[in-house]
Amino acid sequence: MSPVLETRGLDKSFGSLAVARNIGIALPRGVRYALIGPNGAGKTTLINLMTGMLHPDGGQIMLDGEDITALGPEERVRRGLVRTFQINSLFPHLNPLEAVTLTICERERIARTWWRPTSDYRAAIDEAYGILDSLMLGPVCTRETRELPYGQQRLLEIALALATRPKVLLLDEPAAGVPREESSELFTAITSLSQDITVLFIEHDMELVFRLASRIIVMVGGGILLEGTPEEISADPRVREVYLGGAHG
Amino acid sequence: MMTSLLGVLFDGFAYGMLLFLLSVGLSVTLGMMNFVNLAHCTFGMIGGYATVTLMNAWGWPFLATLPVAFIAAAMISVVFERTMFRRLYRASDLDQCLLTIGLVFVSVATAAFIYGTIQQPVQLPGYLRGSVHIGGVTLGVYRVFLIVFALAVSGLLVAALEFTRFGAQVRAAVDNQRMARGLGINVDGAFAITFALGSGLAGLGGALAIDIVGLDPSFALAYLVYVLIVVACGGLGSIGGTFAAAVLLGISDMAGKYYFPAIGSFMIYFVMISLLMWRPSGIFGRR
Amino acid sequence: MTPTDPATAAPAPTAPHPHMAAQVRWRTVEYVFWLATLLPFVVAPDYLALASQIAITALFALSLDLILGYAGIVSLGHAAFFGFGAYAAGLVSKWGWGEPLSGLLIAGLAAGLLGYLMSFVIARFRHLALIMITLGFGLLLLEAANSASGLTGGADGLQGVKMWPVLGLFKFDLYGFTAYWYALIVLFVFFLMARRLINSPFGLSLRGIRENPVRMRAIGAESGPHIRKIYTIAAFMAGVAGAVLTQTTETVSLGVLDFQRSADILVILILGGAGRLYGGLIGAIIYMIARDWFSGVNPQYWYFPIGVLLIAVVLFLPNGMLGGIAQLIDTVRGRRWFGWLTSPPPWLRSGSKP
Ligand SMILES: Nc1ncnc2c1ncn2[C@@H]1O[C@H](COP(=O)(O)OP(=O)(O)OP(=O)(O)O)[C@@H](O)[C@H]1O
Ligand SMILES: [Mg+2]
Repeated sequence: MSPVLETRGLDKSFGSLAVARNIGIALPRGVRYALIGPNGAGKTTLINLMTGMLHPDGGQIMLDGEDITALGPEERVRRGLVRTFQINSLFPHLNPLEAVTLTICERERIARTWWRPTSDYRAAIDEAYGILDSLMLGPVCTRETRELPYGQQRLLEIALALATRPKVLLLDEPAAGVPREESSELFTAITSLSQDITVLFIEHDMELVFRLASRIIVMVGGGILLEGTPEEISADPRVREVYLGGAHG
Repeated sequence: MMTSLLGVLFDGFAYGMLLFLLSVGLSVTLGMMNFVNLAHCTFGMIGGYATVTLMNAWGWPFLATLPVAFIAAAMISVVFERTMFRRLYRASDLDQCLLTIGLVFVSVATAAFIYGTIQQPVQLPGYLRGSVHIGGVTLGVYRVFLIVFALAVSGLLVAALEFTRFGAQVRAAVDNQRMARGLGINVDGAFAITFALGSGLAGLGGALAIDIVGLDPSFALAYLVYVLIVVACGGLGSIGGTFAAAVLLGISDMAGKYYFPAIGSFMIYFVMISLLMWRPSGIFGRR
Repeated sequence: MTPTDPATAAPAPTAPHPHMAAQVRWRTVEYVFWLATLLPFVVAPDYLALASQIAITALFALSLDLILGYAGIVSLGHAAFFGFGAYAAGLVSKWGWGEPLSGLLIAGLAAGLLGYLMSFVIARFRHLALIMITLGFGLLLLEAANSASGLTGGADGLQGVKMWPVLGLFKFDLYGFTAYWYALIVLFVFFLMARRLINSPFGLSLRGIRENPVRMRAIGAESGPHIRKIYTIAAFMAGVAGAVLTQTTETVSLGVLDFQRSADILVILILGGAGRLYGGLIGAIIYMIARDWFSGVNPQYWYFPIGVLLIAVVLFLPNGMLGGIAQLIDTVRGRRWFGWLTSPPPWLRSGSKP
């Protein structure tokens, strides 16, 4: 089966620092991919490149076999390539219900109507509430985002992404800063998303990664070190060296 | 025709030098801290009023008032920076705008209260008055003085930035603040000093401007626009850019008013907007 | 989507639909406010001219609130649209068409068209460049009006504006009776429109742009078209406000385009509280009345207290006076009765820099 998301020879450098070097990955539909690597390896940068928040110096990005390298971030999201942020990037003075409804209205292209109140769009609100509820945010959906505890803000990051109806979901350390017992729950929720959604997540907790990912990509110093099943990765001596030998990009 | 052109170029250049003195401080502080200081010309006004007071009430000679104008503006700016600006470095542009516009309002009202709304007269010393004729072109002595003075100041400034340790720190901070902090440079300290220096230069500019554009309480607002244009066109944090933009603007403003009096005054806004649309970070800007 | 564990899924205390519907509903305070706008007819018939000035200023502030308070677009040159509308209305009348309502529409459309053209520039910039461009644009228009004295009358102002009676029945009288109810009705109509707009999906998107433009892109929303649209609407409203001023005073002076007017309206909105619909209205009332009280003193002195107030608001009252009052009431009562006043932003404060 052809991959749903594919990159070919992606390059990017900041000044003299190469943060992406000839990145070529191909994600088949429905897989649960983990992207791992030491701090500064270029994982977030890779997501920025794939979602169009940064322009690559060279290379191509294909979604469903179409070249999307030249498209802006909004257009990529509309085609189903969606991300979350490592550092919360939310709407502090909107409540979760408003934020998710906003996302749905934008998706359904009703966001340009200004003569009907939002409350008339009952289907959008129902859907928003459904998403929030599925992520256990139902009870707090009318509290301002900035008042929510950190863990719930992380969940809202994911809720916003889900509300766009993604085909490919790129999660940048979704559980960063969330207590261990909750992060396990969070990842269970992520891996049990519909099989139509392809998920790539960045995560530092190896136990979680090996338990939940069906395949793993290891990045070091802007390049891909290797790619394989959890068994292959854990058996590879180079990975051990990266994580235990303290090699940095 | 030729001589009038040279005359306009000369006057425009002198005017540009004034604009440069008034704006260079704002350009550097904006480049460093991204702080939108709309009250910058207030410091120019403070320098102007310092000179006027010293000359008219105390009988000081003009040249002796200039250092005082510099110091007065610098000191008052430090007070502002410590008590108010400091708190807003991380705030939104709007907040910074509002606070500094508030300061402009207060300073305009205060100046009007103390000095009245009339233009302040200054009596220049004899050796700065009159004009010289060189090759058929008439050059005002004061303008010659102004140009020489401003060039000397900018020379000093560039030298200080290029060749001193402090200058290196400032350049690093303008270039990349995070990196500079990471290298252990005291960015806040460097900024406070730069801010005071820049405001002092504006004060100097304000004092030197009295004989050319006059001085009244609206100075703080009227010249703000010119200064912002210079800064925006020159590119934040670039002294060379500010210099070039100031000269360009000074000359085109003079030429516009001289040759096309009907539209001269709005040409500069037009130039500014087109320029910003073409290069939002200024001719020499990097960001 | 994800299976929900029935044990952990607590029942929702606030149902989503009632919550959304409650935002649209009219509060008692609002009815009281609008009824109170009729008071000048009864209580202060000598001050109807001032009252109509207030209504005009309120409409102007409301239009700025839409772009600044809701979409977060800073403008230091909003008087451009006010002045454009004012001159457009004046010229239409001078050229022989003195019918007020159609004049209003023409002036609004003219300003809206200008705003539409300008919005393509606005949507591309943020931060300092945006401040400079709006400032420069305002000054450009002022200088243009000054230079084109054949058309605008230049510094002498536009002469020969003559308005026909409203609807052919009500003449603009010396006491400002017609002027006030005319201005008030126009204000109310546009207020209703603005109120509808901010409670719509479009209004929600505007708040999203204000809160986090980067995230808007990441949820697949293009900010550009939204910004262009609200900018055009706001320009239209500002133009109408300017036109009402022209029609009720039958003169136009260069002051309508002054930087001072742009700064004043910003001050009014910020003092009242941006992003809360009534902020501009309350700000206009307080500002204009205070200004009237102090009209005897030198106008330059007037800016002393205004400057101090601005500084104080930025440093101590990030939500303007409305926000401050609401907060005070909340604290005193220990409950959130006035939550509808406080809904949006200390974003003024927490706004981020790149
Ligand atoms: N805008 C930028 N300008 C300059 N350098 C940058 C920029 N963004 C990232 N970098 C650098 O690129 C490198 C890769 O950063 P990136 O954020 O992609 O790492 P990461 O793998 O996500 O690390 P982490 O696990 O800490 O999140 C880092 O050295 C970082 O400092
Ligand atoms: Mg990262």
